Amino acid sequence: MSVIIELEGVRKTYRSGSLAFEALRGIDIRIDEGEYVAVIGPSGSGKSTLMNLLGCLDLPTEGRYVLADEDTSSLDEAALAAIRNRRIGFVFQQFHLLPSMTAWRNVELPLVYAGLPRHERRDRAIAALERVGLGDRVDHRPGELSGGQQQRVAVARALVTEPALLLADEPTGNLDSRSTSDVLGLFDELHASGRTIVLITHEPDVAARAGRNLVIDDGLIAVDRPTAAAGVAQ
Amino acid sequence: MSWWETVRSGLAAIRSHRLRSSLTVLGIVIGISSVILTVGLGQGAQKEVKDQIDALGSNLLIVSPGSSTDGSGVRGGFGSASTLTYADASAIADRDVVPDAAGVAPATTSSVSLVNGDTNWTTSLVGTTTDWLAVRSRGLSAGRFFTAEEAAQGAAVAVIGPDTASELFGRQSPVGQQVTVNGTRVTVVGVLTSSGASSSGSSEDDQAVVPVGTASRLTGSTSDTVSTIYVEAASEDRLSAAYQEVRALLANRHGVTTADADFSISTQDSLVETANETNRTFTVLLGGVAAISLLVGGIGVMNIMLVSVTERVREIGLRKALGAAPNVIRRQFLVEASLLGLTGGLIGVLLGIVGAQVLPQLIDQAVAVSGLATVAALATSLALGVGFGVYPAGRAARLTPIDALRSE
Ligand SMILES: Nc1ncnc2c1ncn2[C@@H]1O[C@H](COP(=O)(O)OP(=O)(O)OP(=O)(O)O)[C@@H](O)[C@H]1O
Ligand SMILES: [Mg+2]
Repeated sequence: MSVIIELEGVRKTYRSGSLAFEALRGIDIRIDEGEYVAVIGPSGSGKSTLMNLLGCLDLPTEGRYVLADEDTSSLDEAALAAIRNRRIGFVFQQFHLLPSMTAWRNVELPLVYAGLPRHERRDRAIAALERVGLGDRVDHRPGELSGGQQQRVAVARALVTEPALLLADEPTGNLDSRSTSDVLGLFDELHASGRTIVLITHEPDVAARAGRNLVIDDGLIAVDRPTAAAGVAQ
Repeated sequence: MSWWETVRSGLAAIRSHRLRSSLTVLGIVIGISSVILTVGLGQGAQKEVKDQIDALGSNLLIVSPGSSTDGSGVRGGFGSASTLTYADASAIADRDVVPDAAGVAPATTSSVSLVNGDTNWTTSLVGTTTDWLAVRSRGLSAGRFFTAEEAAQGAAVAVIGPDTASELFGRQSPVGQQVTVNGTRVTVVGVLTSSGASSSGSSEDDQAVVPVGTASRLTGSTSDTVSTIYVEAASEDRLSAAYQEVRALLANRHGVTTADADFSISTQDSLVETANETNRTFTVLLGGVAAISLLVGGIGVMNIMLVSVTERVREIGLRKALGAAPNVIRRQFLVEASLLGLTGGLIGVLLGIVGAQVLPQLIDQAVAVSGLATVAALATSLALGVGFGVYPAGRAARLTPIDALRSE
């Protein structure tokens, strides 16, 4: 199985004025294609910081990040944007949908930047919404949807480009148990279809559904272990 | 992302912030339409003056008493003693001395009351010779001009302007009717055509023209001074020759040098020049005010774009996270700003053109919409949109996706 994510000696220092804070203090990780990884750890330990680096939303202060055989440290902002567009799907805790746009318009956004023709974008956006069970909500605006439905729209947006890697930062943090199981069900399906998933969570039962748990503490990987679900999912 | 796509998403963004967009556009609309209107007002005034001066007659030299203040022939020395006489006019009329003149008409002017029954009308009484009609290139709409014979006798006949006619006689034909001037009955023998100057209330259309002798008799004047001598050059080419000849002759007759002459001669060109100078100042002044309002409109656009960028930092972060390159973001904001600018510009031009039709009916002042000013205003509005969109667009494009996403 080929490696999709490789971090070597990654450090991240936040600077504001004369103050410097080292949020990641030397991280080495390899994640294979098709893995389902949950990142857990106490608040402020550096989970989101790690996720932002994995998603090329931010750059490491030190160290190397190779994503799908491409060393990202040599790339400029435009090339990074193209990588995010083609290879990565994001699901955020706060959904991050554009309120003035209907569900399918939100879902088609990554395809707009991929340069796909209009009719194809619409077809694919609607197919993605049907896949998350929102085929009857394509023309609703985010304000007209429940929190769980909004997060499912965000998942549809993350998978509409068929990315190899799905990154989710506490995707169920704002959802009730019913919606949480909807969204996690979707992740299980995506995992079954071969996607690589990295998910941040605080909830042990959410982490238990992944095949591998990374425990981060104080900017370092404290524990890296397979879960009971590892054998089942493969 | 194609340009067309960008324009469409720009339109969608503008539509989703209707109030803010309308306020931005309003600033530009006001700026552009005021530029068009003020430039139009200036040019309208300029054209009006030119029409009036053209109506004075072509190839015309106007000799006035008083010294000239500058080389352009502008009359100066207001209030100086009258130094032109009827004899001066007769001397100019001598073809041997002034071969380049085709006609000479001395004119005295005084204010009188004309009475027709109960109707009383104060107008200017012009005493002149039979050449006046040709020299001033006027025409008659009814009747005839007074004859040389009547002029010689100082007969009680008058030719009146169209406005004078309607004031005194209403719809009735004035020809053959009598009016009383200072107790003397004068027969109206003809009515002048309108001078063609667009402005109403021009004195050219309100006057009573009588032989010189008649004028002195009616006003009880005994002096033989005249207020103006109109000289018509034989042709446009000979205007300057006629000017030289008249000047030399009068200087000689008055015993002065041409440098400190006690009279001045103006041509239409010099009158047009003076009038235009005044109007240009006026136009520049108004144009300056309009340009400032355009600038203020532009700053409004910049302000709105900044607010729009700040308010939409999260959106920008999201778009970047989803794969929008910095250039795409920059282009999106530029297109949005240009669309706002252009929309404002187009509405402003329309409003300016409508205003140019409506305004003359309210303030009795012609407005000439200039194509050049319109195109320039449109180009400016677009440039304002783009120019003032560059800075916020650049700011938006430079944000890192995570900084943008995290902002509240
Ligand atoms: N932009 C920033 N500037 C300065 N310090 C930052 C910045 N972002 C994060 N930090 C600090 O880095 C550390 C790690 O933050 P991070 O957001 O990665 O934590 P986390 O593990 O995701 O926590 P949580 O579970 O609460 O979301 C924290 O101490 C935080 O204060
Ligand atoms: Mg976090």
